[in-house]
Parts: sequence; structure tokens; C-alpha cells
Amino acid sequence: MSAAAESLGWLGVPLAVFAGAIRVSTPFMLVSLGECITEKSGRINLGLEGILVMGAMAAYAASFKTGSPWFGLWAAAGVGAMFGLLHGLLCSLKRVNDIAIGIALMLFGTGLAFFLGKPYIQPKAPNLPSIPLGFWTDNPQLANALDVNPLFPAGVLLAFFLHWAFRNTSWGLKLRIVGDSADAALALGYKIIPVRIVATMCGGVLAGLGGAFLSLYYPGSWNEALSSGQGIIAVALVIFARWQPLRCVGAALLFGGAGALGPALQAAGVSGGYHLFNAAPYVLTLLILIVSCSPTRSLQGAPGELSLTRS
Amino acid sequence: MAGQKFDRRNFLKIAAASGALAAVSNSALAQGKPLVVGFIYVGARDDFGYNQAHAQAAAAMKKMPGIKVIEEEKVPETIAVQKTMEAMIEQDGASLIFATSYGYFDPHVLKVAVKYPKVFFAHCGGLWTEGKHPKNVGSFFGYIDECEYLSGMIAASVSKTKKAGFIAAKPIPQVLRNINSFTMGAQSVDPAFTTHVIFTGDWSLPVKEAEASNSLIDQGADVLTCHVDGPKVVVETAEKRGVFTTGYHASQLALAPKGYLTGAEWDWVAPYTTLIEAVKAGKQPPNFLRGGLKEGFVKMSPYGAAVPAKAKAAADAVKAKMVKGEFTIFKGPIKDNKGATVVAAGASQAQQDPVLEGMNYLVAGVVGSI
Repeated sequence: MSAAAESLGWLGVPLAVFAGAIRVSTPFMLVSLGECITEKSGRINLGLEGILVMGAMAAYAASFKTGSPWFGLWAAAGVGAMFGLLHGLLCSLKRVNDIAIGIALMLFGTGLAFFLGKPYIQPKAPNLPSIPLGFWTDNPQLANALDVNPLFPAGVLLAFFLHWAFRNTSWGLKLRIVGDSADAALALGYKIIPVRIVATMCGGVLAGLGGAFLSLYYPGSWNEALSSGQGIIAVALVIFARWQPLRCVGAALLFGGAGALGPALQAAGVSGGYHLFNAAPYVLTLLILIVSCSPTRSLQGAPGELSLTRS
Repeated sequence: MAGQKFDRRNFLKIAAASGALAAVSNSALAQGKPLVVGFIYVGARDDFGYNQAHAQAAAAMKKMPGIKVIEEEKVPETIAVQKTMEAMIEQDGASLIFATSYGYFDPHVLKVAVKYPKVFFAHCGGLWTEGKHPKNVGSFFGYIDECEYLSGMIAASVSKTKKAGFIAAKPIPQVLRNINSFTMGAQSVDPAFTTHVIFTGDWSLPVKEAEASNSLIDQGADVLTCHVDGPKVVVETAEKRGVFTTGYHASQLALAPKGYLTGAEWDWVAPYTTLIEAVKAGKQPPNFLRGGLKEGFVKMSPYGAAVPAKAKAAADAVKAKMVKGEFTIFKGPIKDNKGATVVAAGASQAQQDPVLEGMNYLVAGVVGSI
């Protein structure tokens, strides 16, 4: 056993919020970036919660069976792509509503994951390694907070890449045209449906990886309460982030940090009103939405073809 | 037309119910019909925790002759459990139902019990009161706080920071009693020992449990324990961070070979057998069934490698007293953590005292509030 750490007292609260922002935010970030891509193409995939849970289960099962957590990541990405493809294909049929399919997919994904995941609740699968970015400090708490899973920096880099690519690459522009105006895309000779299917698949892959992070890194085991709605919240975060990848990262960090506030305050000895602090992420989201909304520019940045905005 | 339909459905209900009742009577049993026993769990059956402990005992019951066990898992503490109980009674002919989650009791079990007076409902953890609750409802529970007291003793003997972290779901009496017993056990070794509590708000919230564990370790707790449905996340997080744990519900030694000290485990085989035997024999089963280490309702996990021999001996000595029924945990004077006296000097609340099952305080030395 390592030497016991000194108590941090009040300093523990900002540290926990900081560490929580890094630890808890990754699935939110990955799922919301994926949904960002999907929604940019003009479709909403509400089924990401199902894909997230399915990805978590597949990753854990694959890691357990093969002994390699990296193989688990591939499994989660593959399952995510397949579910994304399913959503994409079904929504391409005539008169099929993407929101309804999304809800069906959410129920199907979670149900299937619970069914197939039964034998994997008990076993212990190898987890993903972390990068010890805190090697320079002697403080064990800070060092632990800086133990970062590679998926976190990968997600941040992806956000920067998407931010650039949506404006500066041909496929980024194509994606946005398809999502903003199907008529304009058709006039330019673009095929709409393949673009949307690929965009939904990308979203599925990222949601699957988000699930893999949950089951293979933090908290690092598979059980049926693992996600508790994180996939749904991530979809809401995209709207909150106004369909901009960099803002998705900010929103995910904010949400992760706020989620760590409740336990951190209780650990520091502020024990009253913990129900309120546990609700901090939701209260904060509401507050920011209220403060930032305006009657003149609501839903600014929303892709024009989204069934949310299309009348 | 609608009225007719309703009548017919009601008729079928009554017919099915009376069919179930027939199964209870001795004559039916004599004809070789098995006694159908239903088990209802709030979570998954294999969660390394509370539900697994119940399911393991239920699996042991399957080996009893003349018993047919039916199970349903993940039944929420809502009207859903009433539907499950009715389905078990009417479709499967269950005449004894084990409702294993705390929140099933009031109003769900009480409501259904009035409707089916010939079926016996055994509820885990509820406080059955003579005269107030139906005769065909019983509650059974184990005095697991004895094990928590012993776990606390072990925790205090290995802790360097003299600070434990306790991750709890909700501030209900059973949880508070465990927190208090753990703390008093630790304080019997080191009076300055403190327990820091985090309430997560629900029985299974893996991400929040992991956050709570990390926060407590960051604040200097070097022993973690918990009262949530599945202790897996807490135990694994503690092992990753290199601190000790004491387990709950079932043994989590396999998850933390280095840091696992000991733990409080359920052993429901004894109460299940008592209740099933009574119903089988056509007798009135006990309405208020309790037991601790002595009766074999609870047990300790084997000690982990990190526990020194001296601490083992001290805990075993107290355990021996508990088994003989000579040890009282809640012996005055006890103050709560706000300074008020909850058990007066000279007074003591023995293990069976129902007052303890309505506990609504945290003892001095616990940092946290309800």
C-alpha cells in the first residue's frame, strides 16, 4: 500500500472539479462530437444512449475475451458503426421519422446490451491504460487527477480537427450543405442519403467509443446502471453547444466538472444540501440556457434540414 | 358491454386467485404439488452485491424438495412490483413471496397483502408492526451492523490517516445504522477515528460512486467502504488508488487482492429456510424475523492479507461475544454528530430493539449530514 495522502481540505474541491472535468467529461465529449457530425448532415440520432450502452458492453466483453482493452475499443467502434448504419438506413426510407427511429434504437440498444451483457457483469476485464501526465508532481492527488486516458486528448484533438474540417475541407462543406439545404445539395449534384448515412455511422462510432471509455476506464466495469442517461445528455449538449465542436468540448468539461462538485463538497465536509449539489450539472445547464437564450437568435447555428428546425 | 367485460375479468381474477389459495392448503401439498415461492429483486441478480446475495440463497432454496422457485429481477420500487407480485400469485400460483428491496414494503407489499390474505409476503428490511400491518406480511432482516462494527475495528487498526470514507446511497435507517456501527467499531480501537460520508442519492450510480471514491481518497481517507447495491466500482477504484476497503453484501476479495481487509456479508439461507419450512408445514410464519452473526443471517468475509494478527485477534474476541449474544453496540452514552445525546449514559439498546430500526442520526465522529 502506498503512503497515505495528506488531507487536502478545501483545496480538494477545485481539484476534484478539475479532475472530474477530465475524468467524467470524455464520454459526453465523444458522444456529443459524434452527434454533432450526424446533426450537421441534417439528421438527429436520439439512439446514441443505446449505442453508448451497447458499446460499453461490447468493449468490456471483447476486452475480457481477448485480454486486450484495445481490441475492446475496436469492438465498441464496430458495434457503434453498425448501429449508426442501421439508423442511417432506416431513416433513408420514405416517411420514416428520425426521432422515432432514434428512440426505438435507444430502447433496442440498451435492451440488447443488458441481455447480452449478463455474463460480463461479474468478471473483471483488463482496463485501458492511462498517460501519467502528473509525473512532475509529488502530490499524489494531483498526480492522480492528471492520469489521463488517451481517449480524452484524442477527443479534444478531434474537436479541433472537426472545427477546421467543417469549414476548410470539401467533405466538411458537403456535409454542411446536405444538412443545411437538401435542395441546394441536390442542385449541386450531391447525393444526400449516402452522406447522411456515413455521418450517422461516424456518430455511432464515437458513441460506441464513449461507451468503451465508461466500461474500460472510468468507472471501469460493466453493469446495467453504467450509463444512466449520459447518451441522452450528450445529445442535449450538442444543442447547448450550438452545433460547434469546440463548444461541445467546453460543454462536456463543464458538465463533468459540475458532476464532481456534489461528491467533492461532501468529502470536504460540506454535507448539507447534497441533493442540490448532486443536481448541479442540470441546474447549471438550465441557467446557462436561460442566460444565453434570446428571442432574436434562438437555435442559431442549427442545421436547416434538422427535423427540430424544419417546419 | 363494458360492464360485462369487467365482470368477466374480475371473475377470472378471483378464480385464478382461489386456485393459488388452493395451492397453499395442506391438502394440495399432500397431493404432491410443489410450493411456489417467488423472489423479487430490485437490481440485476449478479451485481456482486445486495441482489446477488439474495439470488445465491434463492438458488440454494431450489434444492429443497417440494419447492418451485420463480424469480424476477430489476423490478423497480414502484407500482411495477405490485404487478409482479400479482402475476406471481395469479399466473404461477405463488403462495410465498420474498420481496427483497426496502422500498417494496410501503405501500406496495402492504396493499397487495390485503388483497391476497392467504399468501404470505416476506419482506426484507421493513419494520413490521403488530396491529398496524396485515398478519400475512412478515419482515426478515439481518443485523449486519455487527459485521460493520467488526469491519470498523479492522479498518481503524490498519488506517494511518485515521479517516475512512463511506459511500452510501440514501440516508435510510439501515444505512445510518451501518455507518454508525462502522464508526463505533473503529472508535473502539482509536477514539479519534472519523468516518466521512458521501450520499450519492441512489442505489446504483457507478460514475458518481467512482467520483465519490476519488474525492474521499483525495481528502485523505485511506479506507473506503460503502452501502450501495453493487460495491464493485468502489472496491476497484480503491484498489487502483492503493487504499484499503472493507466490503459489503458479498465478498469482493477477488476484486481487490491487495487492499481488501474484510467485509460484511449476508447469508439469507437461514431466514429463507425458516420461512419456507413454516409455510410448507401450514404454520403461521414468523412476522418479525431477525438474526445476526449468532443466527447465521450475516457473516464476515475472510480477512485480507493486510490485516495484522493483533487486529484479527481483537476483532475475533468481539465476534465471539456477539455470537454468544453478550455484546451491545448501541450502549450509552452516545452522542450524535450535532452534539445531542441519542442514547443516554447507562442506557443501552440491544440488537433486537426496534428503536434501532428507525435510526435517524449519525454518531459523533461521522462527518456528514442526513
